[in-house]
Amino acid sequence: MKLVVEIAKTHLVSKPKQTFVAMLGVTFGIGMFIALVSLMTGLNDFTEELTMTSSPDIHIYNDITESRTSIAEEVNANGISIVYNQKPKKETAKVRNALQIAEMIRRDSRVLGVAPTLSSQVFYNYGPVQLPGSISGVDIIEEDKLFDLRSKMKAGQLEDLLANNDGIIIGTGIARKMNVKVGDRIVITTPQGHTMTLKIVGLFQIGIGTIDNVRSYANISTVQTILQQDQSYITDINIKLYDLHLAKAIAPGFQAMFGYKAEDWETANATFLTGVVIRNIITYSVSITLLIVAGFGIYNILNMTIINKMKDIAILKAMGFSGRDVRLIFMIQSLVIGFIGSGAGLCIGYVLSYLISQAPFDGGDMVSLDHFPVNFDAKYYITGIVFGVLTTALAGYMPSRKAAKVDPIEIIRGQ
Amino acid sequence: MEFVLRTTGIGKYFYEPEKFKVLDEISLEVRQGEFLSLIGKSGCGKSTLMYVLSTMDTDYEGQLEISGERLTGKDQNYLAAFRNKHIGFIFQFHYLLPEFTALQNVMIPALKLGKYSRKEVEDRAYEKLNILGVKDQALKATSKLSGGQQQRVAIARALINDPDIIMGDEPTGNLDSYNTQVVFDILDELTQVYKQTIIAVTHDEEFARKSDRIVEMSDGRIVSE
Repeated sequence: MKLVVEIAKTHLVSKPKQTFVAMLGVTFGIGMFIALVSLMTGLNDFTEELTMTSSPDIHIYNDITESRTSIAEEVNANGISIVYNQKPKKETAKVRNALQIAEMIRRDSRVLGVAPTLSSQVFYNYGPVQLPGSISGVDIIEEDKLFDLRSKMKAGQLEDLLANNDGIIIGTGIARKMNVKVGDRIVITTPQGHTMTLKIVGLFQIGIGTIDNVRSYANISTVQTILQQDQSYITDINIKLYDLHLAKAIAPGFQAMFGYKAEDWETANATFLTGVVIRNIITYSVSITLLIVAGFGIYNILNMTIINKMKDIAILKAMGFSGRDVRLIFMIQSLVIGFIGSGAGLCIGYVLSYLISQAPFDGGDMVSLDHFPVNFDAKYYITGIVFGVLTTALAGYMPSRKAAKVDPIEIIRGQ
Repeated sequence: MEFVLRTTGIGKYFYEPEKFKVLDEISLEVRQGEFLSLIGKSGCGKSTLMYVLSTMDTDYEGQLEISGERLTGKDQNYLAAFRNKHIGFIFQFHYLLPEFTALQNVMIPALKLGKYSRKEVEDRAYEKLNILGVKDQALKATSKLSGGQQQRVAIARALINDPDIIMGDEPTGNLDSYNTQVVFDILDELTQVYKQTIIAVTHDEEFARKSDRIVEMSDGRIVSE
């Protein structure tokens, strides 16, 4: 065995250029795989995190625009009724018994937290201009548990909202547009025409323009007052689960149980998440192609080596090396190329990922990003080396088997 | 006296381009210390016989026995290990491994056998190279040696495991007359001094004449001894 390793080593060392080129193929393949995967999964994680902070795992609300059975259908239950252009009924977005529902959901063992909120369209008055937006009435402490608001605060404290009944926390986008800061007062108007002056106690930035430019938070009671509704008026129940991937399975159960629309985060962000799938497809197809190309390189080089070494193989076999020994000699060569090549590939991949993560990137108004998000998860490095070694083993196996089958007599007589 | 090699009724066919009997009822017995030359015209089957005797060709009829062991029907891996231990080869071309030094080339079959430690193998390799007069070339790459030197290194390699038989396929076929003489003298000395058994296929009549025993073949049969 030791002798076989020695012969393999001598073969590799005596043709350094060829060995180097073969390794370079693997190195390039694995390096690009690591760089691509790091960037793509970094982007995916970033978008997923954004979606998670902007939408609850499950969102229960009263979808008043959802199609309902018409009166004609109720009367004519067994016949066929066609109702054209049906309109929603005039009803409020109120979720009845919201606090009791919230209490029931809270008892579910899969649920991490529940926050009843109410939200409404509003206009922020900026001099003569009205900027459209939305206000959420929340228990700010519960909301923080669900969305980790505390880490998104750019100015002021969450607790300041509890202390100020007429306080409001607004997105940095609106604050910039309206040219206001913490301590200033703003006037908001509801669609029903009610107006109220609120004091800014904090600014938050989630990182998605469409939220930071419109949303603001106030206490539940404050928003109930603005909307001139009673204390049981709640429009949304936001739920956070221990395992967010269960959302899609759990949501229909809640919808059936409480009779209100229960939407999971995957459905709510479907367009966002297709990007993740597409990026994964691109990443893996490009890296697999690169590795296959590297594999063909190794296959070619080993094939050439074996053709050049037919005589040596014949004499080794005449001297008493079995087919297995000969196969090992060439398998060891391809595995050494695979290991060293992949190892160097991981280093290059790491350096590339690091450089990418340092490259400035302006996310624009949509998302707050100043550098590319890059994932340095060790998982991908392990995948890389396993994949690299497997490819080279496979590429080396076929020529090695051919070498093992060489008939020494044919070669020796052929001279 | 014990036979080192014995065959009974060896027959072999070639199937390309058409079925053709190359070896016909070859029965041969070789004693310890014999220097046997296998001669005959081109295509008479002497090389084919030699490869059957060498155990590398297993596609034949009849029985082959070397050092008292029946080898017919054994699998390739077993035969490879058997060759390593019991048979040394010398070919028309030296077939040294070009990446290795002369010394390493000689050592490889012994390292493969694994009977001695590395140090012992090295000492033995030097000893064999010394017998063949190429000890001073030991650390050179084989491509740097002359044709005669290369063939002598190849003979040292054939000797390293103290084989029961050395088989040579035109061992002097590629050498000038001076080196032919040198190689013949070495082989002769091996049989005289070390009681080494040698079977050599040769075209060279003078070479054959000087050996102990001549076996002539024609059309796949042994025609004279």
